[in-house]
Amino acid sequence: MFHREAGVFKTTYAADMALFPLPIARWAVAALAAVFVVVAPLAWGDYPISVVNLILIAIVGSLGLNILVGYTGQISIGAGAFMSVGAYTAANLIVHLNAPFWIALPAGGLMAALIGTLVGIPSLRIKGIYLAIATLAAQLIIEWTINHVQWISGGVQASIPVPRPSFFGFQLVSERQIYCFLMFFVVLAIVATLNLVRSRIGRAFIAIRDQDIAAEIIGINIFKYKLYSFAISSFFAGVTGVLESYYLGIANYEQFQIDVSIDYLAMVIIGGLGSVLGSVFGAIFVTLLPIATRWFLEGFGGVLFPGADLLNVIPNLRLVIFGGLIIFFLVVEPDGLNRLWRNIRNYFRAWPFSY
Amino acid sequence: MRNLSKLMLTFAAGAAVGMAYAGSAAAQDKELLIGDQCDRTGATQIVGTVLCPAMQDYYKLVNSKGGINGWMIKGDEIDNGYKVPEAIEAYERQKQEGALLMTLYGTPQTVALNARLEQDKIPTTSPGFGISAAADGNRFPYLFPIAATYWSQAAGAVQFAKDQLGGSLKGKKIAYVYYDNPAGKEAMPILDALQKQEGYELRAFAVPPPGVELGAQIIDITQRYHPDFVIAHLFGRSPSVLIKGLKGAGYPLKKVIGLVWASAEADIQAAGGWSVAEGYNTLQFAGAGDDYPVRGEIKAMYKKDGKDPPKEMDDTVVYNRGLLQAAVQVEALTNALKISGGQKPTTEQIKQGMEQIHDFTLGGLVPPLHITATDHEGGGFVKVFGVKGGKFVQETDWIHPYRDVVENAVKTAE
Repeated sequence: MFHREAGVFKTTYAADMALFPLPIARWAVAALAAVFVVVAPLAWGDYPISVVNLILIAIVGSLGLNILVGYTGQISIGAGAFMSVGAYTAANLIVHLNAPFWIALPAGGLMAALIGTLVGIPSLRIKGIYLAIATLAAQLIIEWTINHVQWISGGVQASIPVPRPSFFGFQLVSERQIYCFLMFFVVLAIVATLNLVRSRIGRAFIAIRDQDIAAEIIGINIFKYKLYSFAISSFFAGVTGVLESYYLGIANYEQFQIDVSIDYLAMVIIGGLGSVLGSVFGAIFVTLLPIATRWFLEGFGGVLFPGADLLNVIPNLRLVIFGGLIIFFLVVEPDGLNRLWRNIRNYFRAWPFSY
Repeated sequence: MRNLSKLMLTFAAGAAVGMAYAGSAAAQDKELLIGDQCDRTGATQIVGTVLCPAMQDYYKLVNSKGGINGWMIKGDEIDNGYKVPEAIEAYERQKQEGALLMTLYGTPQTVALNARLEQDKIPTTSPGFGISAAADGNRFPYLFPIAATYWSQAAGAVQFAKDQLGGSLKGKKIAYVYYDNPAGKEAMPILDALQKQEGYELRAFAVPPPGVELGAQIIDITQRYHPDFVIAHLFGRSPSVLIKGLKGAGYPLKKVIGLVWASAEADIQAAGGWSVAEGYNTLQFAGAGDDYPVRGEIKAMYKKDGKDPPKEMDDTVVYNRGLLQAAVQVEALTNALKISGGQKPTTEQIKQGMEQIHDFTLGGLVPPLHITATDHEGGGFVKVFGVKGGKFVQETDWIHPYRDVVENAVKTAE
């Protein structure tokens, strides 16, 4: 009743290949664009925008990891290391060569893609949990390398200050300006991923995930496409690292350690493996959950615990609730938030009928 | 589907109600809001679980005496889990609620938030962590170490070694055991500079994170290198492992000195107790032990409420550091209120108030700090306490040696 799928006629090839062929999809995307591109930067306060900025950075990273883990089926715990590679590459280019953002950003991504390809070479021989351990080793090796090689890390402190990007002489200083900057790259990343997964390369990835031996038999070069997957996913991760160092104003490998890799893996798994919308949901969920639990506890905690104890309880209970909600969501819907959304969508698609 | 949607609706309603109640930390009339970030969970919880209550206790003590000329102090505490994005979110939230002074926590967080502090012109304290070069008030106008940085601590450790080894270090061997991350490596430049000046031999031993395995380093130090003195710059669980290991290998602990984060009662107890750590020297930037009037006042305050003093007070080293940080902040606010003439001070006035702190010793717990617009460290004073007979015994007075070397390093830092 809410929308018609029948009676939508396409008369050009372009219309047939469009990302959102149905009118309701177009309206929904237009409404989201209106809210996030027009209303948000003008109407929302600084604090909500700073939270959304953190979510935007997480979306790019989780899209990249979902390409590798969700679409190609290669488990990787090295996301944090590729981000730090991208961050330090861009930071060094900016500090030593005064590179503008349209050079530093792709350069960071390409360097991360190169390192990611090298890390992906073992994927020809090993699968599943063994590959996960190999990527974990890569995470630790890259961390150690950055810590100990002075010309990468820029000194004993291993922190390189990164000035905000400037656009024709106009530097992006406030939260809102950096929000528009990040939003542009997030939209680019989402459209790129949507197109990637319905292209020939994307179909090869899905074939490798589902039945890699059958895929090899029908002629897909497994090794080549696995390396492509690692390279593209690490490119996204490198771009995430560069965006994060632009946002924070500093590139430091301690921000990209193993716990960040696990966070991104959690985003992809909770959001839904193998879907773009799932990556977005996962990024929003994992970034927002600690903040939301703290708000909730500050509002309600006073009822249950006395004053001084409350301060001790809030951070610890936050961790407990965080883990508990992740377990809860995975028990309720193991296929992730994306499947939850699909169920709701399918219900309303047929409404008021049941099927 | 129906049951699930009911569950979802109740959860959403609860969250909405919760959010309506939350955010009540906004500053009210006659209240000065300090934005604290303090980790009671995470990698540094061994410090945070004692430091944070100490600061809250001091604020409560000041408020119980009527505040500062009637202005009550509120410390809004947020845990950032030692992660940088959460630290930024906490900073933005506290800024929105009107925090006048920040308390940052963690070296990467301080480095990341420095640019925003300068933009928003809000000062912050960072005792015992952060950037050593932040002692320079011209380069980092809104960062206040207010306590000996790692560089001053290293200088203090070398001076103590020199005194213990008979007044000269020429030809002696010093081992520097450090946690292998940027904060741990930070003392190296000073040790290298002093090596040229004093003529000792220096070898560095890196301890990879998480620092609970020191067997290889201890064998290297005790069986192969045989140093005359060991300087340890470790955090978290490592100091106790080092103490136990060196004791087990037979190395005399009175030739070992730990920098400030290797120096708490918790480390001594985790190493096996006071008898195991007998002779171990610790470097402190706040007085250790129970013998200070302000601790007595806090205990009296709890007794008046009919409660026992909190058990966090037993970890005197870290608790007193919390008191130092809170006390210096309160002193800065007092100065700022004088500048503003009794009105609510601006953050600029608080910065100036911080830079006017001279000779504020809080009964000996705080060293004779002298914070100026150019020196945000306050002189870099340290004191050495040794473990003797089951408690900390003062070995030296407040010293700040090799100021010229440290100041040179601050000036030439990148």
